[in-house]
Amino acid sequence: MIAAKATSVEVRLPSRLGYEKVAMSTAAAVAKLMGFREARIEDLKTAVAEACINAIEHGNRLNEALSVGVVMNASEDSLEVKVIDDGKGMKGLPHKPDIDRKISGQEDPRGMGMFLIQALVDEAEWVAGANGKSSYVRLMIRLDKVAD
Amino acid sequence: MKIVQSDTKARVDQITSPAGHPVTVLRFEGDIASTSKDAVLGTYQALPKESAKIVLLDFTKVDYINSSGIALVIQMLIEAANSAQKVYAFGLSAHFTKVFTMVGITKYAGLFPSQGEALAAL
Repeated sequence: MIAAKATSVEVRLPSRLGYEKVAMSTAAAVAKLMGFREARIEDLKTAVAEACINAIEHGNRLNEALSVGVVMNASEDSLEVKVIDDGKGMKGLPHKPDIDRKISGQEDPRGMGMFLIQALVDEAEWVAGANGKSSYVRLMIRLDKVAD
Repeated sequence: MKIVQSDTKARVDQITSPAGHPVTVLRFEGDIASTSKDAVLGTYQALPKESAKIVLLDFTKVDYINSSGIALVIQMLIEAANSAQKVYAFGLSAHFTKVFTMVGITKYAGLFPSQGEALAAL
């Protein structure tokens, strides 16, 4: 494990589906260096991937002229990830998917990204940017002291 | 347009469970994401509904599943429910077993660690 020290890593992604995997892999590498357990790294990978997909699809509306910023701030006991896009921000908070309603056709089979983000990290917040731009989602996971 | 998600491959195998039930196995490989519609839903929809009554999904060679990919699996479960088919799955990593459980998929598709354990339960 790398010695605890505040560190920042930034990645800029094109607004193209598939590139969320670049941010996912980078976040996983940072978390591994910090000493996170494998299971928490998997949680982080899914949360970061879903945040980037939302930014690409809904924030930047697949406009390849726009990019998605991913800023990772590692501290002694936690990793914060901000995923920034040029959209107006998410409306409302995530709701738990209802599989019965999905199977019966009363609920869209899609729309689970925000729920997964919130369920897999210790903190998640969606912040609308001023003037309808630079909105972001901030994720945070804490190091599990038991695994240190 | 170049997309960096790896193509999803799908293969269909017909096998028989130890109890003698015919089982249709859909073996996926690669990412399961929004680009996987043809491989996931297309392959499933090409199965003969009258004979493929038990469908087993093999995720052993799948590394990455995102929410769009999960939505494709749910769409498959909707069609299976309407066709009186039973769907089971095996080969998911511990992480994606947790994710499938969190979104409720396990209510409509039993998950097993391996093909052998799935077949033994059918």
